Amino acid sequence: MSTTSESETIVGSINQEPLTSSGSAPKQAETIKLSTDRLSFHYGSYKALHEVSLNFYANKITALIGPSGCGKSTFLRTLNRISETIRHTRIDGRITLDGEDVLGLDVTNLRRRVGMVFQRPNPFPKSIFDNIAYGVRVNGLARGSSIREVVEKSLRRAALWEEVKDKLQESAHALSGGQQQRLCIARALAVDPEVLLLDEPCSALDPIATAKIEDLLFTLKDDCTIVIVTHNMQQAARVADKTGFFLMGKLIEFDQTEVIFKNPSAKETEDYITGRFG
Amino acid sequence: MLSPRRKIVNALMLSLTGVCTVFIVGVLFIILGYLFWNGARYLSIDFFTKLPVPIGESGGGMANAIVGSGKLLLLATLIGVPFGFLGGVYLAEFGTGPFPSMVRYMTDLLNGVPSIVIGIFAYSVLVRPMHHFSTLAGGLALGVMMVPIALRTTEEFLRGVPQSLREGAMALGASKARTIATVVIPAAFKGILSGMLLDLARVAGETAPLLFTSLGNNFWSSGWDKPTAALPVMIYQYATSPYDDWHRQAWAAGFVLLALVLAVNVVARLVLARASHAA
Amino acid sequence: MSSAPITLSRSRSIAARFRAGDEFAYTLTLVCAASIFLVTCLLVYQLWIGANLSRHQFGWDFIFTSTWDPAREIYGAVPFMFGTVVTATVALFISVPIGLGAAIFLSEMALPSISDTLTFLIELLAAVPSVIYGLLGIFLLVPVLEKTVVPLLKSTLGFLPIFSGAFYGVSLFSASIVLSIMIVPFIISVSREVLLAVPVDQREAALSLGATKWETTSQVVVPYAKRGIYGSIFLALARALGETMAVTMVVGNVPKVQASLLAPGDSIASVIANQFTEATSDLYVSALIELGLVLFAITIIINGLARLLILTTGAKVAK
Repeated sequence: MSTTSESETIVGSINQEPLTSSGSAPKQAETIKLSTDRLSFHYGSYKALHEVSLNFYANKITALIGPSGCGKSTFLRTLNRISETIRHTRIDGRITLDGEDVLGLDVTNLRRRVGMVFQRPNPFPKSIFDNIAYGVRVNGLARGSSIREVVEKSLRRAALWEEVKDKLQESAHALSGGQQQRLCIARALAVDPEVLLLDEPCSALDPIATAKIEDLLFTLKDDCTIVIVTHNMQQAARVADKTGFFLMGKLIEFDQTEVIFKNPSAKETEDYITGRFG
Repeated sequence: MLSPRRKIVNALMLSLTGVCTVFIVGVLFIILGYLFWNGARYLSIDFFTKLPVPIGESGGGMANAIVGSGKLLLLATLIGVPFGFLGGVYLAEFGTGPFPSMVRYMTDLLNGVPSIVIGIFAYSVLVRPMHHFSTLAGGLALGVMMVPIALRTTEEFLRGVPQSLREGAMALGASKARTIATVVIPAAFKGILSGMLLDLARVAGETAPLLFTSLGNNFWSSGWDKPTAALPVMIYQYATSPYDDWHRQAWAAGFVLLALVLAVNVVARLVLARASHAA
Repeated sequence: MSSAPITLSRSRSIAARFRAGDEFAYTLTLVCAASIFLVTCLLVYQLWIGANLSRHQFGWDFIFTSTWDPAREIYGAVPFMFGTVVTATVALFISVPIGLGAAIFLSEMALPSISDTLTFLIELLAAVPSVIYGLLGIFLLVPVLEKTVVPLLKSTLGFLPIFSGAFYGVSLFSASIVLSIMIVPFIISVSREVLLAVPVDQREAALSLGATKWETTSQVVVPYAKRGIYGSIFLALARALGETMAVTMVVGNVPKVQASLLAPGDSIASVIANQFTEATSDLYVSALIELGLVLFAITIIINGLARLLILTTGAKVAK
């Protein structure tokens, strides 16, 4: 008996939304995949993030917006702990993935489950095939001919298969910028991540390439949870289910995208949206 | 998944790289330590003040070799620095087009020539026509060896001076030559100086090109047209001889040579570090 | 109202002096640059004509003959080419893995301050004169090899032809070891810089896929820096081929081609250093000069390849 009520309490607290300022109740079908609880981040003695508490819902696209230097990229990089590659940094607070404490997990495992796509396309100096296969091989996820199947599947998911299927052995650097970025997405997808983090993935791309990637994200969210940092508000409005607004290392507001853009609660949010700064 | 195998391989290989580093640094310390230990032991005032004594007798020193090396290096500097420096100025300030590129290529070529071949060159050009070995020939060989690095260093540091500095001077009415002399070169001075010092240190230890140019001398060598003793050559001759006494002197000489070379190196690098911090 | 206005003729002469100053500077520096060009050409020319006697006597056979007999005046380059190539190759075999390992440690693992300090120290190794390496080779390395290393080697790998035969200290093996220590700083220095120049986001991409640090380094970072690393190897090779003093002091100075590394041998630079002043006839001297020409040709090619590889890796890395 007591275990049931305990679990109910736990489920109940997970489903609480600490920051919805709109007052609208969360849909009961939404489950939280990844969340942070009073997350702070320090570069040496400089505090870059201040007690950010945020939930990312499964199979939804969450956008993080805010002016330059507001901490949204820093925040994203703590989620897969790639921030740890820089010395003299410290994370305080909790990050949980499916309820498990991320900081206690083995970091290479975490990074397989939480993938990342970077601002500038960064394909390895290998062939297209070997780029996609890299994560698969290194994690031992498939062998021999089944690698080929995984590569094809990933390229299809990234909407790149048709364009490269005849030149898989060519160098990845021969592709255009937009294609390279989709390659990087395919590469990240090949290890079957549960969460995909995208750090301003379209900022180095032209509008057509950007549109292709945005369309891609809609199809991807069925299989994974997506978090996208963007400095382009229109992009957030186009693709995201939920949006969080960051300013000077703090999460100011987090809600359904419509609410953030049409009816924000915080004045800072409204100022940013209407272009008074940023 | 992160298998134990991957974890072990990761830890093992990364540790191995550390082992390699420690090994090499260890070798360095063994080299320096052993040399300084043996060298210091056999060093004496005599070493710096006396001439070598005939084979079989003990005692004596390498005073003539020290002076000889000094003379050779002076000559080398007089030849190497002006040509290298001015050539570097040419490439940095006036140098675009096919001819400068060729000069650069030739300089790199010259830099890659083994020192013994430079010795052959100096032999053909000076020793043969003069019909005897000389300090001059040795100095020429070392000077030619100095030129490529002096040139590259000068060019590199002059290029490092921002264009805005040049434009500022010229906008005030200074001619190009004046700008170079009074603004650009002073700005690059520290770097160029450190490069020249490193160059000199490198050439101070060279033995091969001296073997058949300045040859060697058991006595003082006056003027520039006679063969002269030099520190590195003495080390070679004494170390490969069968006499224990000479071996001891070789250690002492090695100590002195290495100490000088390393001292100049360290000073030059410190000057260089200051130069790049100030830039 | 002070000075009179500058008259046209005065301003012309000022301008003329300016131009003259510039002209002078240009000419002076041009002459110096040109002289380097000339000296290099002169060097090649001197080598060529110095080798004339020997070339006319032996022709192409010079590089195929393995006899070097001053008494009978028969000269062939093979024993020295053999010794030069063998010692340089063995030196690379030893120094490349160790050097690359250290370079990886210094670029990927060590804290920047430690990395800088250690690199500084390792670069000091490159400043040690060749003759000092020779000195240490004779009195420190060779006894150690004789007492400890070679007996161990022979007991484990003695069945191999390269480790057969008696060991008397001076040998191709000893020369190779000394060479490897001399060239390792070049490999470390250049490789470390090339590795440091690999963009951070390459590492981050690999780590983000769940790779371990070693997997990232060996499968992504090092391949990215491949060309520069090959360049550093060629640079080290060029250095090793031309090394004279350290080699001549421990190689044994025996102009014979032998299967065992433990046997004494000789290299091109070494024999020139040893025998040039002893050369009794014009043909003898000419043969030695021709050897110098051969060495010159080899090092030019290797250096050229080295520069090509390092320069095509990226502007920041060119040295």
